Amino acid sequence: MSEETNKIKLKVYRTNYNKEESPHYDEFDVSVKRWTTVLDALLDAKSYSDSSLGIRYSCRMASCGSCGMKINGRPRLACYTKISELNDQTIVCDPLPNFPRIRDLVTDFTEFFAHHKKIEPYIHNEKVPIDVAKKDDLVEFKQTPEDVDKYLQFSYCIKCGLCYSACPTVATDTKFPGPQALSQAYRYTADNRDSGESTRFNIVDERHGIWRCHFAGSCSNVCPKGVDPALGIQLLKGHLIGITKNDKKIATLRSKEE
Amino acid sequence: MPLLKLRESQIMKIHYLTGICAVFFVAIHILFRLIMPFGQSLEFHNVVANYHNIYYIILLELILVFISIHGFNGLRIILLELKQNQWWESTITILVLAAMIGVIAYGTRTIIIGSQL
Repeated sequence: MSEETNKIKLKVYRTNYNKEESPHYDEFDVSVKRWTTVLDALLDAKSYSDSSLGIRYSCRMASCGSCGMKINGRPRLACYTKISELNDQTIVCDPLPNFPRIRDLVTDFTEFFAHHKKIEPYIHNEKVPIDVAKKDDLVEFKQTPEDVDKYLQFSYCIKCGLCYSACPTVATDTKFPGPQALSQAYRYTADNRDSGESTRFNIVDERHGIWRCHFAGSCSNVCPKGVDPALGIQLLKGHLIGITKNDKKIATLRSKEE
Repeated sequence: MPLLKLRESQIMKIHYLTGICAVFFVAIHILFRLIMPFGQSLEFHNVVANYHNIYYIILLELILVFISIHGFNGLRIILLELKQNQWWESTITILVLAAMIGVIAYGTRTIIIGSQL
């Protein structure tokens, strides 16, 4: 069964900072079908028009978070955006704002991951042995589905950087951790296996920390995985200011007999 | 200076509380204007009479303190985001604190002179 094919114009931001190339847009005519994504169109242009086009991508199914870019003025994942949804004959692709640019649509995530790493995004629990030599020493926590629900949506983050690129505070304050790191700080604070909230509170409670979020909410608008980083930030603020009572009971470990 | 070493969450707690208190006391201040026709309440002898009411003096002083703390901290937050270095942050914090103390001192002086305490 044949599917209708349309022609669209793909305008792609081009530059190479290593060669001091001045930024400009290149236009490509691409044939698309109903299900063609922006990433498919870009790869078509790269395969048949200009092989030097710089794109970062991997999984093509919104799991790896590599293909984030600004499409028609909004940060989106190229593999998760169908051209037919955009209702436009011209698709404009720019690199993600708030990230240093490397080449064409490829941006530098070093600072972004440094902010993520700084909030110590892993379980702190002194009761759990870090070095497990024997398989029998492995332990597991007892968690109810209600305990998991408290942080589950925040654990869907794929670190694609779309929220970071949409954040107006990140645009002006380079020391601000950004919505991704802050919502992950909440994700581990809400997790009842973790007992490191005081460490994490000290990290985010500084001059350029969580309080510089002005609740524009752009981060939650652009998240492709349905995470609400703005909610996580406000909930974390509640903990810091003492409005929200921290009634978390640290999860117990399951004994070998259980 | 211990005041400069307050954690940001403590400063923001003060910021929110002074904001709420300022709204509450300014509302009372406006209600005072409505106990008689508005134009009449702004006549010279009525304004001077207000300054001889101890509760009204306390109200004015509280409004001055709350709005100064809230407003100058808001200004500090805006200025902090302009540049990110230690010198700028410390300078802004000290300058804003000094300006806030200056405004409160000048306002208090005006209230004291007006009330002839």
